[in-house]
Amino acid sequence: MVARDKPGTPAMAATPPEAWELRLYVAGQTPRSLAAIANLKTFCEEHLAGRYNIEVIDLVENPRLARDHQILAIPTLVRKLPPPVRKVIGDLSNSERVLVGLDLVPRDRRR
Amino acid sequence: MTLTPRTGWADEKRGCTVAKRKPPQRRPVPDPLTKCPTGVRGLDEVTLGGLPQGRPTLVCGGAGCGKTLLGMEFLVRGAEMAEPGVFMAFEESAAELTANVASLGWDLRTLQKQGKLVIEVVRVDPAETEVSGEYDLEGLFLRLGLAIDQVGAKRVVLDALEELFAGFSDHGVLRAELWRLFRWLKDRGVTAIITAEQGDGALTRHGLEEYVSDCVIFLDHRVARQVATRRLRVVKYRGSLHGTNEFPFLIDEHGITVLPVTTVQLGGHVASMERVSTGNDELDDMFGGKGYFRGSSVLVSGSSGSGKTSLAAYFADATCRRQEKCLYFAFEESESQIVRNMLSIGLNLGQWTARGLLRFHTSRPAAHGLEEHLAMVYKVVAEEQPSAVVIDPITSFLAVGSVEEYKAMITRLLDLLRSRQITSLSTSLASTGAVSVEVSETGISSIIDSWLMVRSLELAGERNRSLYILKSRGMAHSNQVREFLISEKGIRLVEPYVGEGGVLTGSARLQQEARDRAAGLLARQELETETLGLERKREALEARIAAMRAEFDAEAIEVADTIKRGTQRAVRATGERKDMATSRGISGE
Repeated sequence: MVARDKPGTPAMAATPPEAWELRLYVAGQTPRSLAAIANLKTFCEEHLAGRYNIEVIDLVENPRLARDHQILAIPTLVRKLPPPVRKVIGDLSNSERVLVGLDLVPRDRRR
Repeated sequence: MTLTPRTGWADEKRGCTVAKRKPPQRRPVPDPLTKCPTGVRGLDEVTLGGLPQGRPTLVCGGAGCGKTLLGMEFLVRGAEMAEPGVFMAFEESAAELTANVASLGWDLRTLQKQGKLVIEVVRVDPAETEVSGEYDLEGLFLRLGLAIDQVGAKRVVLDALEELFAGFSDHGVLRAELWRLFRWLKDRGVTAIITAEQGDGALTRHGLEEYVSDCVIFLDHRVARQVATRRLRVVKYRGSLHGTNEFPFLIDEHGITVLPVTTVQLGGHVASMERVSTGNDELDDMFGGKGYFRGSSVLVSGSSGSGKTSLAAYFADATCRRQEKCLYFAFEESESQIVRNMLSIGLNLGQWTARGLLRFHTSRPAAHGLEEHLAMVYKVVAEEQPSAVVIDPITSFLAVGSVEEYKAMITRLLDLLRSRQITSLSTSLASTGAVSVEVSETGISSIIDSWLMVRSLELAGERNRSLYILKSRGMAHSNQVREFLISEKGIRLVEPYVGEGGVLTGSARLQQEARDRAAGLLARQELETETLGLERKREALEARIAAMRAEFDAEAIEVADTIKRGTQRAVRATGERKDMATSRGISGE
């Protein structure tokens, strides 16, 4: 199952829109999976509003992708773009760790 | 939805039903443990049947001890027995694994294509991962499940599972997931091998042995006297008997061979009454005319150059002559050297090697450790199934280990051969030709059935070989010391000269024999003279008798003549008287 959540209007029109491709791997509709999806959405709206794209992959439906993408921990969040690839594991309940994991902290500072 | 693991109570419940069915028995007897024959040579003998079926087994040991290889062989042998397998590699890539075992003749690519094997490579990358909140390792389960379903795997190997500890800092989560993993493996009913690195003072670095309670195997790669030996030990095997000793194992071009040699028991074999020739008639005579017992252990000891190898070669030749297979382990000379040297004493061993009856196995003593030598002998003997084995010389093993290790090894080696009814002839090199030989070999003398001593005797400026039987169990044998001659015609055993000067051999014997011959000649001549004299006397007597007879004859003729003349005279006188009367007329009457 692939779900795409398109953001609404870009919040910051001044900065050049940098596309964020995020992929979240879950396994079935477990509470932890659902929590991770919700946490990710909240996080993106807060920090990446208007320039993110989330792809949720359910490995129970498509376990082959766990092999192809070398996924062990569930849930795993992967930043595909911008490079380099970054990974965060867990239900993303700690947004500070997500900031660090996605390399967003220095970017905020620059801004 | 996470997979809720079923608990492993099913087995115990089954055990309870068995108990109910048999009320008088107080203790419930669980189903006998089913075992999964690994197919790894020797391992099934050590574990008395294989690994616990449908359960995980931990294989641990230091770096380079052969864990990965054992796991891989388990799968390759499984594939041969129609049991597909999954190899989950946490350390190496599929290409590396394939290349590493290609030298053992295992074609992993083909096995994968045939659907008998899946190699699942798991990369654990600690650097790029940040943790936010709770997680589990469901991805690992999904991947393993997928791989198992892909080929219908019965066997699973998790190679270096502990690598996970490097990738996930939250060990609490990890340990919970490992518990879940091992239960999950049991529920799937796969027979699994989990490899783990040896830890300090523990079997594994992260205590994996706590999770795997059914069977733990420890591999060791030890270096002693610059010689490395691999050993395997079954640390525990719940619910099953198993060999508890350390068993040496080999990794060669066919994979792993574990050697359950210490399990060889005395008395497990029948002592044969059959006799086999020593290769030399005169030597056979010394052994009651028949030679060695089949399946016995023969030792030929002596100093260097005393002809041990020649005796060994004769024995090998005799074996091949009976169209039986002989295996010749040479630790000092090469095959061509031995064949050439034996040709010089009239023994053509080349014909037997050409026909495949004689197989040489040459190696340097220092090439392996004692255990590996033993392992090698065990393996070659199992492959070749010979009826006789020559070990030349057995004492070369002394260079590799201590005297105690040497004795233990020789005992096991000879026991092994004896249990298989293989006649063995070992040569033993005494350091000097001195008397101490018998003393230095007392350690192994108890396992030797027939013991030949070859000695060099130095006398009158020359060395001569002598041979005698020190012992030979269960048969009448000669107690004589024989002179042992080696010439281009072969070996000969000659009665030495025994006289006032002791036992004489070589030139001294020849001299003495010449003297004896001279004395004999003289005596014969005297006798002849006597005979001649008697003959002459007889002739003289005969002559005299003849002469006297002639004299008598002459006399007799004379007497007869006289008688005849007398008679004639008387007749004539009567006639004259009548004539006178007639002429006178009647006047007279």
